Amino acid sequence: MAVEPLPDNVMVTKLDELASWCRKNSLWPMPFATACCGIELMATGASRHDIARFGAEAFRFSPRQCDLMIVAGRVAMKMLPVLQRIWQQMNEPKWCISMGACASTGGVFDTYAVVQGIDRFIPVDMYVPGCPPRPEQLIQSIMDLQDKIQREGTIGGAEFDTAQRQAPKRALVELPVYGQTPYFNPNSPLARNVARRSPS
Amino acid sequence: MATAIESNPSSSQQDYLWTLNFGPQHPATHTTLRIVLKLDGERVVDAVPDIGYLHSGFEKLGEYLDYNQYVTITDRMNYISPVANNVAWHGAVEKLLGIEITPRCKYIRVIVAELARISDHLLSCGAMGLDTGAFTFFLYAFYQREKLYDIFETMSGQRFHPSYTRVGGLMYDFTPIVIEKIREFLKNFPNTMDDLEKLLNRNRIFVDRTKGVGVLSKEDATNFSAAGPVARASGVPRDLRKDEPYLAYKDFDFQVCCATAGDCFARYYVRMAEIRESLKIVKQALDNLPAGPVNVGVDERTTLPTKQQVYNSIEGTITHFELVMLNRGFTVPTEETYAATEAPNGELGFYIAGDGSDVAYRARSRPPSFIHFGIFPHLIRGHTLSDVVAVLGSLNIIAAELDR
Amino acid sequence: MTTPATLEALKSQFGELATSEFRGDTRLVLSAAQLPDVMGWLKNNRRFDLLVDVTCVDYLNFRDATDRYGLVYLLANTITAERITVRVYVNDPNPTVPSMTMYWQGANWLERECYDMFGVEFAGHPDHRRILMPEEFTAFPLRKDYPMQGRGERHNFPVLERSDA
Repeated sequence: MAVEPLPDNVMVTKLDELASWCRKNSLWPMPFATACCGIELMATGASRHDIARFGAEAFRFSPRQCDLMIVAGRVAMKMLPVLQRIWQQMNEPKWCISMGACASTGGVFDTYAVVQGIDRFIPVDMYVPGCPPRPEQLIQSIMDLQDKIQREGTIGGAEFDTAQRQAPKRALVELPVYGQTPYFNPNSPLARNVARRSPS
Repeated sequence: MATAIESNPSSSQQDYLWTLNFGPQHPATHTTLRIVLKLDGERVVDAVPDIGYLHSGFEKLGEYLDYNQYVTITDRMNYISPVANNVAWHGAVEKLLGIEITPRCKYIRVIVAELARISDHLLSCGAMGLDTGAFTFFLYAFYQREKLYDIFETMSGQRFHPSYTRVGGLMYDFTPIVIEKIREFLKNFPNTMDDLEKLLNRNRIFVDRTKGVGVLSKEDATNFSAAGPVARASGVPRDLRKDEPYLAYKDFDFQVCCATAGDCFARYYVRMAEIRESLKIVKQALDNLPAGPVNVGVDERTTLPTKQQVYNSIEGTITHFELVMLNRGFTVPTEETYAATEAPNGELGFYIAGDGSDVAYRARSRPPSFIHFGIFPHLIRGHTLSDVVAVLGSLNIIAAELDR
Repeated sequence: MTTPATLEALKSQFGELATSEFRGDTRLVLSAAQLPDVMGWLKNNRRFDLLVDVTCVDYLNFRDATDRYGLVYLLANTITAERITVRVYVNDPNPTVPSMTMYWQGANWLERECYDMFGVEFAGHPDHRRILMPEEFTAFPLRKDYPMQGRGERHNFPVLERSDA
């Protein structure tokens, strides 16, 4: 019984890999553009740095039609329930990129109204540092996410329930928050000319 | 006290009205603002804006960061023309301190403020085009903005959010490469400007969508505290660059662009005309750029001196010591003042209360977008749902300035 | 940049009011009771038709301060580009000031923001509720006794795991 060699136009692969390959090359972003990073996100979609090359042309603003949520910009306390609702409305498989310093950790805004990192409340796959990150950095993060999807994605969604991935990573462990020290020390003997009185 | 959504209690008796939530996440590119619309079919009967979805406590941060650190926060207010905010903030701080900056610094601040104005108007008109369906205009405008980003990056190291100004001067002086890039931009941009105008100025669809929509009369514009292109498009000829000249605007020859119609098309047209005027100003400023130092001298004790000054003069050493050591820094009068500049969006002013230390006691920004969004319910009444996007685009609401 | 003519007319109309000047700005100090009359006169007679800003400063930690809240109204004249600053001082408890929405519609949102951030109430305001903070927020953030990181409101939300859809 002779086994015929395969012709050149036939590929053999695992179904997992094929599905991951399809998914990674057609990520449709849901731009959750809040602030300045939103402008860099728009610039990434514009003509010089073109995100359409990566299959992400369709910036659909409806969460039901997207699979990649790019949180670009600081998330205020009032906006977080909206973010969570939109995350829940997206269909599986879905990924999240936290773009910029404000979405990843709160950025420059360590204030009463800004959530110090959306990964406290939403599972995040990719962090992009920068304030704002250059479009090339965002494109790099999308390419890294594509590698991640190729490595880890399965059809059954089994990547979502391993205990190892659910355990909080070291970076997310809550550190004690020290109050932001005043720039000026009012008790210092050098404080001659200052009208500031320490709050009693 | 009125409940959360209804501002007009009598309308609850009209049950045929339909409530639509133009929610904080929406396709129009003005990021997080929310409008609750009461519709009668397609007509808007009432619109209640609900804001605060990007409130980040900027004014509270102003009480913890000193005058040179806070400029990084002012960048993030009107983030499509950040350098204009820097110029406004330090203009207010320098007014409080009573410092007069050098002529070269004034000219450079004028140049970057006008480049920021071009950048802002390009994005505002581009977003207005994008929201009404003109995608090509948006792409052309963004490509030119990338050229402006190149200039800002060469000048300060960051594409946007340059935090370019400091108390008494600038972060870096202009190098010859920056001047070369600006000249090249000035040479190539008018062709693109002609293309942009050809795309939308007489475009039947765009004109039909924006003419007669969202009309703001002249009295209403002043009563609602509008400023900038929104007010000028309604016939209020107020431009702080001409009325209360600050920096070096007295030396330049340019015109204030006004319109009388007060509708969305007039606001778009005023912005396009202002881009051309800004090009004129930048050209004049670049041709007459004075030589000399860009930071104020060491007597003011506000800017870091050069190394030669530190090593060779006693004032330089003292200034360096005063600025670098903690618990020192420059003394600020225990007074309050307000200074405004003509930002691309309107009158951007900072009300600063100083208390002697180099951290402000209160740093309030007067945000033009906040005030213009208050006009929105008045403008949209009676128009259809598709006009909501056109009106929002013409007001140029930036959510970060709206909420601070 | 208030013209001497305005100050003279002000003095002849309302008598001696406390004015001061700093770096070209003229500040006028009023009491909350005088506010509607003087502001109405400034708008109608002297044509200060543009209300530039309404803001507030909390003087809790300020040296030598006698009143806690200082409200600031910045007015401008669009024809002559004249400016004037009007100050009103109010105190705890119940800091209340008449609302200026009867003269300038722009005061509507500006006063709402003062209420939201400082708790200063505006009598006669048509829509007196919070504007920037969520409705259920109870504190007034820009007061000096409210800490900058807040009191835990910003992280008081449920956590979504990856296993929940």
